[in-house]
Amino acid sequence: MDFLNALVALSNFVLVPAIAYGSQLALGALGVTLIYGILRFSNFAHGDTMAFGAMIAVLVTWAMQAAGVSFGPLPTALLALPFAILGCIVLVLITDRLVYRFYREQKAKPVILVIVSMGVMFIMNGLVRFIIGPDDQRFSDGARFLIKARDFKAWTGLNEGLAIKTSQAITVVVAVVAVAALFWFLNKTRTGKSMRAYSDNEDLALLSGINPERVVMITWIIVAALATTAGVLYGLDKSFKPFVYFQLLLPIFASAIVGGLGNPLGAIAGGFIIAFSEVTVTYAWKKVLTYLAPESLEPSGLVQFLSTDYKFAVSFAILLIVLLFKPTGLFKGKVI
Amino acid sequence: MSEPVKNTLLFVVVGSLILLTGFTQSWNAAILILNMGLISAIMSIGVNLQWGFAGLFNVGVMGFVALGGLAVVLISTPPTPGAWSGGGYGVVLSLLLGAATVVAAVMVAQKMPKGRTRSFAIIGILIVGFFVYRAIFDPNVASIEAIDPAVAGNIGGLNLPVLFAWPAGGLLAAGAAWLIGKTALGLRSDYLAIATLGIAEIIIAVMKNEDWLARGVKNVYGIPRPAPVVGYEVELQQDPSFIARAEWFGLDPVTASTLSVKLGYSLLFLIVLLILLWMAQMALKSPWGRMMRAIRDNEVAAEAMGKDVTRRHLQIFVLGSAICGVAGAMMTTLDGQLTPGTYNPLRFTFLVWVMVIVGGSGNNFGAVLGAFLIWFLWVQVEPIGLWLMNLITAGMPDGSALKSHLIDSAAHMRLFTMGLILLIVLRFSPRGLIPEK
Repeated sequence: MDFLNALVALSNFVLVPAIAYGSQLALGALGVTLIYGILRFSNFAHGDTMAFGAMIAVLVTWAMQAAGVSFGPLPTALLALPFAILGCIVLVLITDRLVYRFYREQKAKPVILVIVSMGVMFIMNGLVRFIIGPDDQRFSDGARFLIKARDFKAWTGLNEGLAIKTSQAITVVVAVVAVAALFWFLNKTRTGKSMRAYSDNEDLALLSGINPERVVMITWIIVAALATTAGVLYGLDKSFKPFVYFQLLLPIFASAIVGGLGNPLGAIAGGFIIAFSEVTVTYAWKKVLTYLAPESLEPSGLVQFLSTDYKFAVSFAILLIVLLFKPTGLFKGKVI
Repeated sequence: MSEPVKNTLLFVVVGSLILLTGFTQSWNAAILILNMGLISAIMSIGVNLQWGFAGLFNVGVMGFVALGGLAVVLISTPPTPGAWSGGGYGVVLSLLLGAATVVAAVMVAQKMPKGRTRSFAIIGILIVGFFVYRAIFDPNVASIEAIDPAVAGNIGGLNLPVLFAWPAGGLLAAGAAWLIGKTALGLRSDYLAIATLGIAEIIIAVMKNEDWLARGVKNVYGIPRPAPVVGYEVELQQDPSFIARAEWFGLDPVTASTLSVKLGYSLLFLIVLLILLWMAQMALKSPWGRMMRAIRDNEVAAEAMGKDVTRRHLQIFVLGSAICGVAGAMMTTLDGQLTPGTYNPLRFTFLVWVMVIVGGSGNNFGAVLGAFLIWFLWVQVEPIGLWLMNLITAGMPDGSALKSHLIDSAAHMRLFTMGLILLIVLRFSPRGLIPEK
């Protein structure tokens, strides 16, 4: 019984939140890694792209709520998601046309593109603050929990409850669908194959008649869709605050690098590695250990390795370890 | 128009913009812009050293600036009575043990042959070291933080003159930069960017949460001033000779004293700026500076000529970060308080980058010019934005939601404008206002 209680407590406080957070990071890291693979620079504006997409979703959700549209037990934001993706696609395509294309034609060094993306970051950040303001916005509605802790206790008769938020379940489902669609697209379709070819060897791809502008355009469209999805899911799970999205940049980049920049599979693995380490290291293990350890050995403190304020330090430490021992990442990124 | 004439004109233009602020708004505001401009100029010189000379992409300026601020508290504030005997030595001991753990793990990683034994040894050392460190660290921190938490609760400082804190801030920042540079340099340029982005966030997190160090988000107030140069308003207002001089200028003693204090800071900052600018210029012209630019322009060729690229990069990265640390210490001295909650990467990292790129990367005078210009715009865009919004919304009925939203949002014009300026300069004049020679 104690073992089961420990297992449930572990799932409730570590596994479920980490899986949800990991899916959000994985979606974000996929966007970063795709841009890196095709356009060959680290996009510092990615966090703010997520914020922009999520902002449109928030606004559309509010409009729908005002108009009386609802999605039953599911959050209305899911209905708003397609509109948000469209809006975000328009924004990134305009940005690419006005800003990035010029440097692509010049064959500018990657670091110049990184600085350019910094300027784009400023502008997107300013836009988001200008339109919706810098404050916290809540936009989730519908049923809050898929499984309530109290119901779970009543069903199983255990001391510990397991609560799964609707947003967490939706995050995982949407992330699985999005990743499956992306991999199907990259591996099975002609366009997806041309993207991979372009990422592997630009010159060879050009010689085989692949239109680079088209590849770039499709990359941006996919990236915008992924970023918006990640942003909306994160916002549903926690809340929407523009500055938090900017701060997500660090764990997202850490995920992409840990997995190997430019490698989509690595981005997903990296997202979960970062999320699980972050949650395990900042979780107070007292409860779980109390169930497992014999009474004489029960821990006196909280058994928390780091306070939650240091969660960035976790992704950073993992990043440093990977850079020191395996700079290509776990899944061998394409370009070192 | 010849090169020097154009450059002088640019400086004159920026100078007159600040003077204009003095005539139209207030001299207090103008001198504030000047002071922060001087500090920003020093940060720009630091970033220019890294980016302009060596092509290193450092987005952790905020962290190094904050470390400079921390140094001010640790050097110049008086020690908290009882904090050292109560737990200070224990904390230092635990930190030393923590460092020893990391060093031991690194040594094992380097000395032992690769394999499972090595991995277990490293993990074992880290886990044991961590628990020993926490066992000593936690109780000592608790006892320090228990000392008079409303006004102290921190370890305090060394009670030295605040001017000593400026080089100390540089040293602290240099130490952090060395650690980061050691791991991230020699890899792709993007990796350094992300590593510095991370270290900056962590430095801020440490400063916010470690109350024993500098009171965290409870902030440290009343940091002593470099008094002999700057003085205190209250003392000046009672000094008869000062009042007489103020009357001669036609100012009342209160205004005159605030202006005099601020100008005292300006003088100090100007001296530091001129010294650093002179040093940066000498470095640029020296064989060392030429080597740096050679490495920047073609790493492979420089390496083939026998230059140790990674080592040189580490050197200049540490130097540039140290300069940012000095600037951070100066800024905290000017504020008279350390408020870790106010450090924002957009303001302290990315704005400095805009300064360097707009001014002209690779040219020290360009970096200085960019710093003054961009700081002036950063301060003035808000009132201009408000004025613009009032103009746009003038035709709208009072009390409409759109009107109030637009007017409220004027404050956020800053980031947008800065991004726009950066992109326009990068596109149409990538070498900046005063290009590298």
